Amino acid sequence: MLNSLPILLIVLPVAAAIAILLGACAKKTALLATAVNLALTLALVFGYDQAKAGYQFTSSTLLAPQWKLSFALGVDGLSLILLLLTAIVAFAAVWVAPRPEKLERYPSLYYACLLFIVAGATGAFASLDLFFFYAFHELALIPTFLLIGIWGSGDRLTAAWKITIYLALGSFVLLVGLLALYMSLPDDVRTFSIPDLQALALQGGIPQTPWIYLTILLGFGILISLFPFHTWAPSAYASAPAPAAMLHAGVLKKFGLYGLLRVGLPLMPQAAQHWTNLLLLLLVGNILYVGLVTIAQKRLDTMLGYSSVMHMGYIFLGIAAFNPLGLTGAAMLMFAHGLSIATLFAIAGAVRERTGSLEFAKLGGLAKPMPFLGFTFGLAAFAAIGLPGFANFASELPIFFGAFAHAGKGLAFSYYQAAGIVALWGVVISAVYMLRGYRATFLGEAPKRWAALPDLSCCLRPAIILLLAVLLVGGFRPQLVLNLVAPTIKAVLPVPAQ
Amino acid sequence: MNFAPLTLDLAVLALGLVLLLLEAFDNAKEKSFLGWISVVGIAAIFGMSFFATTQTAATGQLAQFYTGDALALFFKRFALGTTLLVLIMALEFRPVLSAYIPAAGKNAGLGEFFALPVFTCLGLMWMASAIDFVMIFVALELVTISFYIQVGYMRRSGASLEAGVKYLILGALSTGFFVYGITWVFGVTGQTNLAKVGEALRALPPSGATAAYFAMALLFVGLGFKIAAAPFQLWAPDVYQGAPTPITAFLSVGSKAAGFVVLIRVLGPFLDAHVTSAKAQLVLAAMALLTLVYGNLTAMPQLNLKRLLGYSSIAHAGYLLVALASWNAATTATVSFYLTGYLLMTLLAFLVMIVVQRATGGDNIAHFNGLGQRAPFLAFGMTMAMLSLAGVPFTAGFLGKFFVFADAVNARQWWLVGVGVITVGAGFYYYLKVVRAMYWNVAKNTEPVTASRLTHATIGVLVFLIVLFGVYPAPILNALK
Repeated sequence: MLNSLPILLIVLPVAAAIAILLGACAKKTALLATAVNLALTLALVFGYDQAKAGYQFTSSTLLAPQWKLSFALGVDGLSLILLLLTAIVAFAAVWVAPRPEKLERYPSLYYACLLFIVAGATGAFASLDLFFFYAFHELALIPTFLLIGIWGSGDRLTAAWKITIYLALGSFVLLVGLLALYMSLPDDVRTFSIPDLQALALQGGIPQTPWIYLTILLGFGILISLFPFHTWAPSAYASAPAPAAMLHAGVLKKFGLYGLLRVGLPLMPQAAQHWTNLLLLLLVGNILYVGLVTIAQKRLDTMLGYSSVMHMGYIFLGIAAFNPLGLTGAAMLMFAHGLSIATLFAIAGAVRERTGSLEFAKLGGLAKPMPFLGFTFGLAAFAAIGLPGFANFASELPIFFGAFAHAGKGLAFSYYQAAGIVALWGVVISAVYMLRGYRATFLGEAPKRWAALPDLSCCLRPAIILLLAVLLVGGFRPQLVLNLVAPTIKAVLPVPAQ
Repeated sequence: MNFAPLTLDLAVLALGLVLLLLEAFDNAKEKSFLGWISVVGIAAIFGMSFFATTQTAATGQLAQFYTGDALALFFKRFALGTTLLVLIMALEFRPVLSAYIPAAGKNAGLGEFFALPVFTCLGLMWMASAIDFVMIFVALELVTISFYIQVGYMRRSGASLEAGVKYLILGALSTGFFVYGITWVFGVTGQTNLAKVGEALRALPPSGATAAYFAMALLFVGLGFKIAAAPFQLWAPDVYQGAPTPITAFLSVGSKAAGFVVLIRVLGPFLDAHVTSAKAQLVLAAMALLTLVYGNLTAMPQLNLKRLLGYSSIAHAGYLLVALASWNAATTATVSFYLTGYLLMTLLAFLVMIVVQRATGGDNIAHFNGLGQRAPFLAFGMTMAMLSLAGVPFTAGFLGKFFVFADAVNARQWWLVGVGVITVGAGFYYYLKVVRAMYWNVAKNTEPVTASRLTHATIGVLVFLIVLFGVYPAPILNALK
């Protein structure tokens, strides 16, 4: 019974989407489905036996014996926190989505697209089979294309094409990498089952071919917006309607990182070592180059888009560090960043709805007419910068420690430490742009035409409060997340002895 | 019930003859009942085919020409399914057709339009079973000649006539190459039966290699035309655009599938023989590379959907050639699965296009503007077809590409894999252009577009099958065992 919970999590949004397309009341159905999903996810989290660790709530159906391909679902601590992130952000995103009657065209399709993204992300995080892990993620590609193309703002056409083709290409690069991994195994042990592959890896049964890992890293990297493959992200997030940006930047982009933690590193630990220096170089690009580009932005939405690209650098640093500290921090930051960026996009969307523009030059002083939005934006910005008290701080700290644990020879810094220092400067950079963005939008003299704008309506506030509350809980009680993640990381990763 | 696959061929032949006789001796004003008879007849034979048993034991005179093996039976069903859908389209297409036929009465010329696909179907089914070069040639001609008539069927449409002439000339030329290739094969091996040709090729001394290469090259040219593979693809877009839409669908699915069945059967001996296998694989890889690049790049700027699908059919021939170039024991299964997915999604696209063409008067992508509002279900069907063609997971199109890439990776065809990834990206662009038109763009005319119930039901079934085979390929993979 409980083992069918993961499949229920996937089926529910799909069923709700179909019901909406067939004429059910769009917002209520979607909200109900995501609320039930959140409740079920919480049931999974509390039902998960932390003492046993490993995959639980598993189910499996064999589909193609010649390929050892099954539809297998199951969760462990790592997938649980991502499922929880998905459920929370999905619930909030549907909550702040505009009422169907406000949408000019295809109101039911809008909600169906959101729900399909939720189903895709949930499926990807709950799959224990490489094929479906991959397939579910790509399922979310088309709803994103439609959401940006039909209901987007600004240069939505270019943005929609760019994200779709970029991610489709990235996905197929990833597919080639995964297939090469599959084919590099001896005939009799070939399988798509992730647990079986992990068991095989622990016995040293997986050939550690460096270029296969590079292909996988490249595929995942494109999906995560690793520098220099990041250009699709800012324009897409800037143009996307707020709920779509929340789901994509908050949840979907974590798929690539999850993939590295679930598939890339556990299956090919030695091959991964081969490319550490390259990864460190690229992540410095994410933090330093993209960070500086973020400062130069003149619009709130593109600034947030670039900032979400920049913060991927920290998570990559944790992954590159490849020790328990760094990896745990990376996993926790995925959760924290997802929440903080979703909050920021939700608020930016509400501001755009009121002012019609997010150009800094036209904004200012909005905290006076909209104190709630101003206050919550400030909190979310502090969280994104990584101030203590928020989950982001609690996750970035172990990442830095993890990077510094790699000591260089003698007094010289190792590459890890050098990247860690750059990353620390990155905190300053993100403080600069976040505070500038905050000042330009909410502080200062308010132009008269903004004076009468309404604040966020009371019935939408709980969505934002929910996101911020989870961030604060994660900041003050990080062990809640840590306890879920740490055993998984230890069990899964054949981490070299310190 | 327990009967040989040959019975199916004979039943189709009988159906075709009955249709022709009815057309000649029945004076009814409304000829569309012929269409219904053909639909029901083909559907019945399609249903029968699932009770037929495969027959591989050689019995009687026919056995050296004709096989009833699993592959043959599978592609007989394939041909029947394609024909069934084409006939359903033809029913929907009637009004457009009669506008382009000299008016000796409203129904003039409609009768043959429903009878000819049945004969083409017979040719396709016969081809699936043919294991002797002579028999392959005869079956191929039955298909090609009936297509010559169908392509140029709309006599008042310049485009249709142009397409007919182009197809006739190039088709005849390619047939010439094919026959010449057969004579060289006979010259090298002294055999026309494929199994015996294979034996002779395996025993061939290296001194005979040059002649064998030449024979192979001629066969490649002949079959390259049939499957529209580069560099023999130039006829395809013009013919596809000009032909009546149901016939375009038939050409791009039926004719292509038949070409690939013959290619699999004919290539087998060459790929298994030591003397020729390396060269055969090289030629296939080169053709695959050219076809992929040409098909995908030229599809990108197209504004006419029929033409776009023409180029897309070239692109898909490229992916299929990648599978052939990565020849292994599972290639037949990969190709059959890919073709099945291709059948479902291509015919789905054509079916929706015919309805839209009738309602809006054109088949440019711009004619699909705002279809999401005008006909949500049709737009949904078209979207599924495009997503499957592009290769989005949970569709048969994706799983087909998945198998092709897996084979190519396994065979270490890195060039093909690399180019394939890029062309898939290109595919996402031009297939989603249609989705964009339907949902992003706004139509000037917002009247609903209607279609018959049969069409709606067919769209539903096709979408269901696309998704089903996208996650559960076993029925097709097992059918070939």
